[in-house]
Amino acid sequence: MVTLGIFDAFNGDNVNYLLGGLGITVGVSIISVILSLLAGSIIGIIQFEKIPYFSTFVATINNIIRNLPLLLIIFFVYFALPRLGVHLPIFWATVIAMSTFESAMLAEIVRGGLESVDRGQFEGARANGLTNGQTMFYIVLPQAYKKMIPPIISQLISLVKDTSLASGIVLAELTYRGQIVYAQNTTYIVPILVVLTLVYFLLNYGLSLIAKWFDRHLA
Amino acid sequence: MTLLQHYWPVFIQGFGYTLLASFIALVGSLILGTLFAIMQVSSMKWARVFGDVYVQIFRNIPLLIITLFLYLAVAKVIKMTGFMAGTIGLMLYTSAFVAESVRAGILSIDNGQMEGARANGLSFNQAMRYIVLPQAFRVALPSLGNQFINLVKNSSILAFVGGLDLMYQGNMVAATSFDTFTTYIIIGVFYLVITLPLSYYIQYLERHLKRKA
Repeated sequence: MVTLGIFDAFNGDNVNYLLGGLGITVGVSIISVILSLLAGSIIGIIQFEKIPYFSTFVATINNIIRNLPLLLIIFFVYFALPRLGVHLPIFWATVIAMSTFESAMLAEIVRGGLESVDRGQFEGARANGLTNGQTMFYIVLPQAYKKMIPPIISQLISLVKDTSLASGIVLAELTYRGQIVYAQNTTYIVPILVVLTLVYFLLNYGLSLIAKWFDRHLA
Repeated sequence: MTLLQHYWPVFIQGFGYTLLASFIALVGSLILGTLFAIMQVSSMKWARVFGDVYVQIFRNIPLLIITLFLYLAVAKVIKMTGFMAGTIGLMLYTSAFVAESVRAGILSIDNGQMEGARANGLSFNQAMRYIVLPQAFRVALPSLGNQFINLVKNSSILAFVGGLDLMYQGNMVAATSFDTFTTYIIIGVFYLVITLPLSYYIQYLERHLKRKA
């Protein structure tokens, strides 16, 4: 009766538990993607516009955040900010930490994308009577985004992978729940890790195929 | 400041382990990554498939899973400490990204270089080693630099497996001193000491290469 095969790691309860974790992983990823795309675009445009002092200031802060480990930022938001009176629930602490880090990464991509658009596009649009803002939103950004899609998607893949770091502050996402399941029985370690590998791989490989498709069809 | 004074040896030890892990993983991933890149562009089908599969798998799964696998499963068969498991994980993970950078570098080199070298009697390996790779590395330098910055940042994964690195020691200090805020700021500064100068140097390199092109 008590034969613990590797498949016992995947009884109904454990599978449901892991699927719930997958839901949290995907939830954190989607919210962070939206927030960091918005913030990253704004920061990237500010850096590109070269507003005296302000752009340099923003670029410096951006460089500092980009060059810190995400794990440190997650720990900082969850364990250090409460000392300043900022108490965030664990899910939102993760989302804020991920979005801060990823928007710094995306800002670099946006800045690079904007710089790759030919100067003539700005001059032509301005000469045709568009304002600075209109030029940016109707002429330059659409062209820049086209070039930015593949690097943005690979950044997205990083984001999905990096959600696993939130298991460090005990957010009950996929990796953490995997750890809980194999804590029941050491024979579960290998099967659980193999399945986690597969799930992350399928999510990210799917995303990378989309990146490839864009690369072929927009280049 | 008293925190920094009091825990100075701990921070320095953590910094040392972070540097050591980064250095070992850097050298290892450069060698492995270059090998995988050569496999991906070689004419042998099995080598191409093997290189592709390796890169795709390791690029698309979290470093944490790789490290946990080494620490919890592989370490049962081959004895290794958390530091070793973390460093090997870091090396295997980064080598997939290095392979991508080097492969892009190789592909950017005109085919004529390889053909010319082969026509002059060099073998594939000789042509790769003496003609193509030196040029490819120059092209790949900025993106390799970015991978190295990521490697240093990713070395914080060692904290998950008791790897004694900066992040691990920082968590220890934060837990004993209760001053999480100051501790994590100090840890951050230690990381920036390595990554920030590198990052500015790469930006300089990129501008320099663009101007030349």
